[in-house]
Amino acid sequence: MTKMTLAKALNAGLRRAMEDDAKVLIMGEDVGKLGGVFRITDGLQKDFGEDRVIDSPLAESGIIGTAVGLAIRGYRPVCEIQFDGFVYPAYDQIVSQVAKLHFRSQGKVRMPMVIRIPFGGGIGAVEHHSESPEAQFAHTPGLKVVVCSNPIDGYWMIQQAIAADDPVIFLEPKRQYHADKAEIDEAADSSAVYPLFASRVVRAGNELTLLAYGPMVKVCLASAEAAAGEGRSIEVIDLRTLSPLDMGLVLDSVRRTGRAVVAHEAHVNLGIGAELAARITEECFYSLEAPVLRVGGFDTPYPPARVEEEWLPDLDRVLDAVDRSLAF
Amino acid sequence: MSSDVIASQFGPQLVQGSQRSDADGGPELVQLLTPEGERVEHGSFSFGEGMSPDEEAALVRGFYRDMVLTRRIDVEATALQRHGELGIWAQLLGQEAAQIGSGRALRPQDFVFPTYREHGVAWCRGLDPLQLIGLFRGVDQGSWDPHEHNFGLYTIVIGAQTLHATGYAMGVQRDGSVGTGDPDRDAAVVAYFGDGASSQGDVNEAFIFAASYNAPVVFLCQNNQWAISEPIERQSRIPLYQRALGFGFPGVRVDGNDVLATYAVTQAALQRAREGQGPTFVEAYTYRMGAHTTTDDPTRYRLSSDLENWKLKDPIQRVKVYLTRNGLVDQQFLEAVDAEAEELGERLRAGCRSMPDPHILDVFDAVYAEQTPELADQRSSYADYLDSFEDAAAAASTGALENAEGSR
Repeated sequence: MTKMTLAKALNAGLRRAMEDDAKVLIMGEDVGKLGGVFRITDGLQKDFGEDRVIDSPLAESGIIGTAVGLAIRGYRPVCEIQFDGFVYPAYDQIVSQVAKLHFRSQGKVRMPMVIRIPFGGGIGAVEHHSESPEAQFAHTPGLKVVVCSNPIDGYWMIQQAIAADDPVIFLEPKRQYHADKAEIDEAADSSAVYPLFASRVVRAGNELTLLAYGPMVKVCLASAEAAAGEGRSIEVIDLRTLSPLDMGLVLDSVRRTGRAVVAHEAHVNLGIGAELAARITEECFYSLEAPVLRVGGFDTPYPPARVEEEWLPDLDRVLDAVDRSLAF
Repeated sequence: MSSDVIASQFGPQLVQGSQRSDADGGPELVQLLTPEGERVEHGSFSFGEGMSPDEEAALVRGFYRDMVLTRRIDVEATALQRHGELGIWAQLLGQEAAQIGSGRALRPQDFVFPTYREHGVAWCRGLDPLQLIGLFRGVDQGSWDPHEHNFGLYTIVIGAQTLHATGYAMGVQRDGSVGTGDPDRDAAVVAYFGDGASSQGDVNEAFIFAASYNAPVVFLCQNNQWAISEPIERQSRIPLYQRALGFGFPGVRVDGNDVLATYAVTQAALQRAREGQGPTFVEAYTYRMGAHTTTDDPTRYRLSSDLENWKLKDPIQRVKVYLTRNGLVDQQFLEAVDAEAEELGERLRAGCRSMPDPHILDVFDAVYAEQTPELADQRSSYADYLDSFEDAAAAASTGALENAEGSR
């Protein structure tokens, strides 16, 4: 057992994936000597060489486009996009090539690629460094989208994503990178760990279901704790996978509690929360005591850092939505 | 400041005139067979080196056959589109030499990343032309196995495949299949693209990645002078092959209507790549004699005299003249090729018309390597929906429906 931050856990997970499979490559800007701007790939180039940990020219479409060719050649590229807001130059390659090649070739071409994206706000950065683009990718057939929220998941989910034969957008909550530590049992049997494309109840409750992922899991757990102080029992689900959505657990929970609130940093309009609200309404209509409520970023571009704490949904705004739902 | 002073500071003004689509390719054009069918020497490239005269003649006869059959595929597919059998077809008319010359220079272990117009290269890689036709008919999106033919899927998004080629070449490097000296192991990768694609960011990024990693890739640009309606001078103020120098690797302009020169230049570029000397840019200077696709109308934007001028440089005719004049073919061979083309045309017509449509439920099956539960649910719901019509129809045909209604 080792105590690790999310950043260290991802690093350890990447290392283990590279040890397990010589076809695994890491590509991206500054991932080599520097170890990435967040140090997620720290030390990997030194140990695995420049051919397996590839410092790329500063061109995101080039990173993903060459990764497509490497995947066709039989490699398993793990691409780092330095920041969420820099993924757009690669958007065409991701949406038109990575996502579609398996379909177009009727399965003759596989795209076992992982695209890691540090996402979300709360680090006081300049613009384009704090965005939450998950809905854009979850909306694209052919991609799978997962989000880790804690060190243990970071360690296992990155390995599972690399082992998957489909392209996986792997979102990492950057404000959690160095926030908390957790004990990780690296010797655990990897086949016995919690599956990748599955949501998880992270706090049991029976009056309302709070749905969150990535950076909002911690906020929602704190909100549930605060609500408990007022005698309210809130269930919190860490979605973990956004495409596919793992609705079984969510629907079971909402059928028990009758109420659901979705929280994410991304703007609310046409976001993951909208999809969840639609599916919950379709499947649990007669169990619902209140409409599904959404808490998220406002429908504006990400704001200047000095107001981001107000822009981002926090404990109070989550509790406000919880109160509104309970009062309905 | 006078323009003279500025010129002395920044170098001579670039002349756009040399880039016009009616230009002859300039003195830098590598040519080994003139439009009149005369063999000519070139200082750097030669055709037939190390071959006996018989071997050489057999190779050229093979090129002739490939080009005639490729043109027949193109003509036939264009006609099938006119008859409503294909949704669209991207014609290669006029580009046969550029494709057969480069395609025949490949070794089995080399890998090709094509655009959507590489029917001649596909032919060289052993694809059944019906597989190409299927894509344009709309029954699939590329039914061949890229790994079986070392020929990637057609790529519609302009230039995207140049990055795939570069990445694949980086994989070849990592597999240790460059510069070993083993002719059956060392591999090169070819990215096909056009003059229009040269303006795309992806193509320029591919150049940068390939140069940075010294990847074994040949960038084979068929400059057919037109990107739909936009002439080459809208894409570039300098000859395209000269761009390579700015990226740090050599570029060469070859007569793309000369199958011998295209073969020789591509072979040299491929060999460079296989030996580990890195990327090469080959600009095959040619002309799109047909429309961009069957939906296009070139009479709206280019002069018919332009086309007439290029017809004199026809890639097939010059080889036929060369072979005939030098007694390298007899009438029997030429007739046999024509007969083969007739047969091929007939097979394509029949094969196209009898192609089964895909089933709507098939669309769910290959989105992922590992099917998602939600997509499986969507598929089964839609299957139930379809079955409900069949149940109703079956009930109606047996009279069960009327009975059911009558018993209410």
